Amino acid sequence: MREPARSLTLHVNGVSVTVAAGTTVAAAILIAGATTRRSVTGEPRGPLCGMGICFECCATIDGASHRRSCQIVCAPGMDVRTL
Amino acid sequence: MRDTWDVVIAGAGIVGAACALECVSRGLRTAVVEGRGIGGGATAAGMGHIVVMDDSPAQMALTRYSQTLWRELAASLPANVEYESCGTLWVASDEEEMEEVRRKSAVYSEAGIPTEILDSQMLAEAEPQLRKPLAGALLVPWDAVLYPPCAAGYLMAEALRLGARLYAPRSVLSARKGNAVLDDGTELHAAHIVNAAGVDSTRLLPELPIRKRKGHLAITDRCKGFVRHQLVELGYLKSAHSLTSDSVAFNVQPRRTGQLLIGSSRQYNDEEPGVDHAMLAAMIERAQQYLPEIGALSTIRVWTGFRAATPDKLPLIGPWPEDETLLLATGHEGLGITTSLGTARVLIDHLLGRETEIPIGPYLPDLPARFARVEANA
Amino acid sequence: MNERFEILVVGAGPAGIAAAVSAAAAGLRVALVDDNPAPGGQIWRSGSSQPAGARRWFAKLDASSVTRLQGWRIFDAPTSGVLRAESDGDCRDLHYERLILATGARERFLPFPGWTLPNVMGAGGLDAMVRGGLPIAGKRVVVAGTGPLLLAVAAHLALRGAKIVAVCEQAPLRRFLPFAAHLLSEPGKLLEGIEYGMAMRGAKLYTHCWPVRANGREKLESVTLAQNGKQWDERCGYLACGYHLVPNLELPALLGCRIEDGFVAVDNWQRTSMVNVFCAGEPTGIGGVELALLEGQIAGLAAAGRTKEAEKLARRRRRKLGFVHALRAATDLDPELKKLASDKTLVCRCEDVSFGALRERGSWRDAKLHTRCGMGPCQGRICGAAAEFLFGWTVDSVRPPIYPALVSSIGRFVEPVQIAPEISHFASASTQAGQQKETL
Repeated sequence: MREPARSLTLHVNGVSVTVAAGTTVAAAILIAGATTRRSVTGEPRGPLCGMGICFECCATIDGASHRRSCQIVCAPGMDVRTL
Repeated sequence: MRDTWDVVIAGAGIVGAACALECVSRGLRTAVVEGRGIGGGATAAGMGHIVVMDDSPAQMALTRYSQTLWRELAASLPANVEYESCGTLWVASDEEEMEEVRRKSAVYSEAGIPTEILDSQMLAEAEPQLRKPLAGALLVPWDAVLYPPCAAGYLMAEALRLGARLYAPRSVLSARKGNAVLDDGTELHAAHIVNAAGVDSTRLLPELPIRKRKGHLAITDRCKGFVRHQLVELGYLKSAHSLTSDSVAFNVQPRRTGQLLIGSSRQYNDEEPGVDHAMLAAMIERAQQYLPEIGALSTIRVWTGFRAATPDKLPLIGPWPEDETLLLATGHEGLGITTSLGTARVLIDHLLGRETEIPIGPYLPDLPARFARVEANA
Repeated sequence: MNERFEILVVGAGPAGIAAAVSAAAAGLRVALVDDNPAPGGQIWRSGSSQPAGARRWFAKLDASSVTRLQGWRIFDAPTSGVLRAESDGDCRDLHYERLILATGARERFLPFPGWTLPNVMGAGGLDAMVRGGLPIAGKRVVVAGTGPLLLAVAAHLALRGAKIVAVCEQAPLRRFLPFAAHLLSEPGKLLEGIEYGMAMRGAKLYTHCWPVRANGREKLESVTLAQNGKQWDERCGYLACGYHLVPNLELPALLGCRIEDGFVAVDNWQRTSMVNVFCAGEPTGIGGVELALLEGQIAGLAAAGRTKEAEKLARRRRRKLGFVHALRAATDLDPELKKLASDKTLVCRCEDVSFGALRERGSWRDAKLHTRCGMGPCQGRICGAAAEFLFGWTVDSVRPPIYPALVSSIGRFVEPVQIAPEISHFASASTQAGQQKETL
């Protein structure tokens, strides 16, 4: 059974971005053009494994840090901060 | 195969590595034997603190002396040793503990260690994550933290650079009368053999009154600024003091990486290296009582280690009475990192007939007399 | 919050779903726990074009009495018969009588210059991201590495509108062909093959080929490919690169299950060496979906005591085991892949430890202590497999937590089996302190 296509709006680093319902936060971060994190020596990084193992996708979601964003589905009004 | 040395050191943990560097710096032909990896035993498992402790005058003397040596060495330490002069805050939760803070402050001042007494308000400003209100704290700014495996690695690398020789991975099967036999049959002939084997010291000398004291630690993901100083509850002394019971005491340490190291626990009668969940739960609960928000941090790893503990909480440093070619540098319990440099200096000064900068008497393995006194007082 | 189940299944990929459904059909109280927002694991990840087989099994799962614990991650086994899980700040203990581990596999990553650039992902990694809503239509993609996953990923991305520039399989043609034939000999696979062909018109397939460098400043701009001494650049927005799969052994190892030759040892009933613990699917040998479904069903039935029904399936399974070996042989890694990393190339991404720093160390433990490789949040899952291949080190020793967990979760109290006097003394002291806290 197909779900009706819906979109929702969340905020990535203060900037609003609209995505399809069911989109992961990691995808939303990339759609917003942001980097998920900087490594300990300052390299820009992005998601690698897509399955919650590599920790490259970690972001602070609604105030909670070190959340693996590739395993979290976007919710309306979510506040996402990347380092 | 027979090799001849001035000193052979069994063990390249932080104490063995410190002894190696001291020996070779004083012109002694030095060999080190290590079975598991440089800085691989308790050195790898511990908290890496350099802290002055006043459980006894002898402990104060050795930790203070050794801290001075670390401060002198600090500028030469490479980045991977992560030496940080973050200082220690001994945290007082009530007025009784504040009395202890004031007493400690006087003792440390007497010994020439600068301290500062923080009241409740000052403590809250210094460490906003601590629960409020606490009674206050004693700040010891000269205390530091470092990353022990790389510190041992540095000391060993310096020793090797100055001409020491490393036999690894090898273990010493026996060490008597100047003859050390390794597990591959090699015989090392030495004027002196140093037993710096930590919890494995009893394999070479079963008579040593060293017991394993298990500890747990946890390390978090990066949370820079959560705490700024090493934090210790004054009850830590009671925990370390007790000779028989299992206990936990609040002790956390900020690492240069921004991670938080959480401890501490002490157990006898558990030689299993696996995580003891009840102890871990107790340790975490204690930490939560001082840092209410710590529960929200992400833990990356939990591990255990074994401290080499003696009955009087002082290390064994000096010649073994029954065989003066055998020197001991072991039994450091939770102060191995702190007192490694002081141990090495005192041991080698004594060996070379020089006056030691602190009296060696309290640490000499003057058995059975030394521990008979302890048993009599127990 | 605690729960008690007769059978607990860990992992909601094909093997786990099959196990849970089979055990529940036998009338037992079953729970299925999985860390993703939705079931399907990796190969049946939701998002689009799930095969008919997947939809059938999802329907069976939905119709079953299985308790679904989706979004929960197992990080510890504090006492016998209990697994501890965490989700979004919450922690719970799951009590079981029999346990079925279907923890699946993850990709193997090999480091090469530029592999840490944003938009360089695993093959399954990019596929998962696209299923999670990452737009790929019109984007140029290079798919590389080794294994059947590459073609499946390339086909799926092509169906979603990606421009597949190249598919680069490191195995030489002579090794790839027999394997491809094996794939095609299965009727279902033949159909997939035709679908692949249609979707990937215009894509070039290279064998004995691999990326030697990912290029770009702040993110990927092109990939340098090498084949038989030749090198050339392909402009692309994404590189999907993975070198086959390694089993997720952390939970089986934590429980004490015997590991043989890099996989969980099981008998014909999928029983591990630990009593009441079963294991099905990739952790017992990388064998693909159909084998995983068979093994899941066998485990579910065997755990439920339905050995006669399990026996029938066990015979079918034995016939399929040859596929595991064929797959392993086909995806054997070319030794040239060990030479891709330069001294500056990072191997450990969590702690930024370079190949040059690791080359000097003698073992995995030595490397961990002295360089911090493997000491980051991934707990060596990404760098460990690379280190095994590059240096021949054995990556072992498992301790809880097997995934990072909150301090509050790892400190969760455990029912003591025996109460030693010292511990109970502490317990009363801490209760006092707890009461003290409440009055502040």
